[in-house]
Amino acid sequence: MKKQNIFLIVGFAISIFLAGVISNYASSSPDGLEKVAGDIGFLKDAKEHANADKLLADYGVKGIENERLSTGAAGVIGVIATAGVSTGLFLVLRRKNGASK
Amino acid sequence: MHIPDGFIDIPTSLAFAGLSASGIALSLKGAKSSLDEKTAPLAGLTATFIFAVQMLNFPVAAGTSGHLLGGALAAVLVGPWAASLALTVVLLMQALLFADGGLSALGLNIFNMSFLGVWVGYAIFIIIKKLLPKNKSSISVAAFLAGLISVPCAAAGFVLQYAIGGTATFSITQVLTAMLGTHILIGIGEGFITALAVGAVMATRSDLVYGYKGTTQILETGVRE
Repeated sequence: MKKQNIFLIVGFAISIFLAGVISNYASSSPDGLEKVAGDIGFLKDAKEHANADKLLADYGVKGIENERLSTGAAGVIGVIATAGVSTGLFLVLRRKNGASK
Repeated sequence: MHIPDGFIDIPTSLAFAGLSASGIALSLKGAKSSLDEKTAPLAGLTATFIFAVQMLNFPVAAGTSGHLLGGALAAVLVGPWAASLALTVVLLMQALLFADGGLSALGLNIFNMSFLGVWVGYAIFIIIKKLLPKNKSSISVAAFLAGLISVPCAAAGFVLQYAIGGTATFSITQVLTAMLGTHILIGIGEGFITALAVGAVMATRSDLVYGYKGTTQILETGVRE
């Protein structure tokens, strides 16, 4: 049980580090789809995202001027939110499974 | 790979949203049988890790980047049903919180990444694993190829959607060639990250790895029968 917890904590810490720190070193070139759309000519069809003005749009926290901090904070928030929602979902599914047996 | 609003028309987007919703319903059922006390937290961690690594775009060719999709990785670690759900949670977070991937395109993106990416990755993994000797390094090789091939397949999903409901009318062959060319390169990166991450979990907690455990369980059942 302890081994399991250590594994999960290390995995979570790695995720926080990647999204919070390493994300600042990610390539900012357009991704595969965006590049293809630009080269062929349908990139202009892309519409502004409905949430483009929201607090965390484009992996930055609105109001944080420092770009590194902004990206890092958005990454950390995303990791915590994803961990919460997904782990919650899977634990509920698992529990239901146990109950039906 | 995240499709924005506007590339694909609304009827096509809605049709794929319907397909994706059915896929999610099936996955919710399927995941119940593969998740136990130990693997449910691993599935949560898998989604979390994929969210983090999807932020890390790596350069692939002049002026182009790519990032992990994670479908093959999740399928190997937690099985295809839970993997589809993990990817779906990631895509929901990205679209709702981070304005990454259009809201009207959510069904399209879930179809390509949560289903095509996961199931193609899983199928390739199973096939390669069968062809190789039964040991831990075979798992990494199979994971590499699963990651590599899953990416151009997910990209082909976009081309299918574009062929059905693209708002612009460029040649489908041109879009297909460009998408496959770029995404095979991204797939190589995907393969390396998938093999590395699976290898790390295999080295520490191989008992948790669905794609590894699966073999032994099948063998045990076979013996009992």
